Amino acid sequence: MTKEECKKVVLDIIADIAPDEDLSNVKPEVRLRDQLQLDSMDFLDIVMELRKRHGIEVPEADYQQLASLDSCADYLTPKFLAVAAKG
Amino acid sequence: MNTSTHYDVAIIGAGMSGLAAGIRLAHFGKKVCIFERHNAVGGLNSFYSLSGRKFDVGLHALTNFVRPGVKGTPLTKLLRQLRIDRAEFALCEQKQSRVAFGPGGETSLRFTNDFSVFESEIAAQFPVQIDGFRRLVTKIRSFDDVSLDAAPVSARAVVREHITDSLLEDMLFCPVMYYGSAQEHDMEFGQFVIMFKALFLEGFARPLDGVRVILRVLLDKYRRAGGERRMKCGVTKIVAHAGRASALVLDSGEEITATHVISSIGAPETERLINSATGKPLLTPGRLSFVETITILNRQPAELGWGRDTIIFFNDSPRFDYVCPDEPVDVRSGVICIPNNFDYGTDLNLPEGIFRVTCLARYDRWAGLPEDAYQAAKRAWFATVQSSARRFVPTITDNALAEATLTTDMFTPRTITKFTGHIGGAIYGAPVKHRQGRTELENVYLCGTDQGFLGIIGAMLSGISMANYHILQKG
Repeated sequence: MTKEECKKVVLDIIADIAPDEDLSNVKPEVRLRDQLQLDSMDFLDIVMELRKRHGIEVPEADYQQLASLDSCADYLTPKFLAVAAKG
Repeated sequence: MNTSTHYDVAIIGAGMSGLAAGIRLAHFGKKVCIFERHNAVGGLNSFYSLSGRKFDVGLHALTNFVRPGVKGTPLTKLLRQLRIDRAEFALCEQKQSRVAFGPGGETSLRFTNDFSVFESEIAAQFPVQIDGFRRLVTKIRSFDDVSLDAAPVSARAVVREHITDSLLEDMLFCPVMYYGSAQEHDMEFGQFVIMFKALFLEGFARPLDGVRVILRVLLDKYRRAGGERRMKCGVTKIVAHAGRASALVLDSGEEITATHVISSIGAPETERLINSATGKPLLTPGRLSFVETITILNRQPAELGWGRDTIIFFNDSPRFDYVCPDEPVDVRSGVICIPNNFDYGTDLNLPEGIFRVTCLARYDRWAGLPEDAYQAAKRAWFATVQSSARRFVPTITDNALAEATLTTDMFTPRTITKFTGHIGGAIYGAPVKHRQGRTELENVYLCGTDQGFLGIIGAMLSGISMANYHILQKG
């Protein structure tokens, strides 16, 4: 799993939970909340879908790590690699 | 006990809120079962068949309608949380609605799904009040109405800070109260804000085929997410042990266990299921109930001159009294719904005309009547309700209406209790709401009307919020 692949996974999840958002120009370094209409319910769903689809746990204290696509990639890529190593 | 079925979550009641909670939980892998006493889903918003016709109950219109692209409103949140494509609801917008006050509807405020129509009606008819009204709307727009721990404030008091004409004040409260208030005379301001946004700032719509379209979508999502449901199988008792629900006893006598229980049946109704040590129920059920008359017409209402208005909120008296009446029915005020008057598109409409009228009613004046007297009372009050409402639509003769009428039906507070189990026929539940959904038992939570989000979108959001807050967020 590369960081780019990781960003794609997050974007795919956002596309499913917020199909009414245009994701074609999401800037990876900008906070997701500042460019998309996502509220705390939507962030809960990103976390829940990561667990459901990929077996990745994000504790509540780490939610802020999901602020932008870049921070998602930094935070989640090692977790994806750890899950892959186990599997 | 060892052999009984165990669920992660048991949900009591397959209404809008219970179904929505079920979809969330099943989607995220919880083992969920919904227990419903009735043979149909929908609870207070359902439908029934009589002589081959389908009648909607509850839903006049889906409130909270916003057009595609409008984000951050309850409808959008709901669609996202339940993974529903808005096309699945196939919503068609209202034409126009009105608040009509005075013995012949002399003062009338039109509104549509475009808020500026309502605002300009108020500016034209209450010029002295319009600045105050705009300040009130600004306050409403910025109010955090979904906070789970806001302190209660009187809506009448807040509205009076901005509106000094009691006629306009009552005209604002009438639709808002009729579409969701469990409290007499006044409302909690947060509840007022939820309904004001739902009715005026957002708007009305419905699918051509009515509430069953929405129920079908919910059921389909629930089933595909792996949720179970048991129909004609209510819960008769919640067995409490050390402050937790340890088991549920079903109508069949069977016992099941669940880690969490979500009850959509109402706060006092849930309390009465709990086999608690305290014994006496402490929660007071609501007193506000309704009758509804339904007239099926052999032509489109437009052919009778009734083609303009979708919903009319009426009141004939100097003040609007939202209170449980002394009489079986209070016909001074009410709500007319003409479901044909949504914009279904060119050449599309319901096959028959429908004229529905809802008025406040008193449960105990209906509950104890022997069958003959009950039927006679229904006939008598049907006529009274319909005559009262006809003052607020264009005049037609009794003969013309009789000729156009194919059949009629009516529900009363007694019908509501029979099919929904709500004590006292209280459609909007108890006056005191429980925003966090807590009960006396640690693992039993409320959702639906007594949690306090109103309307059918509110009901679904309530199920979603409680499932998120108490179960999903905690892993």
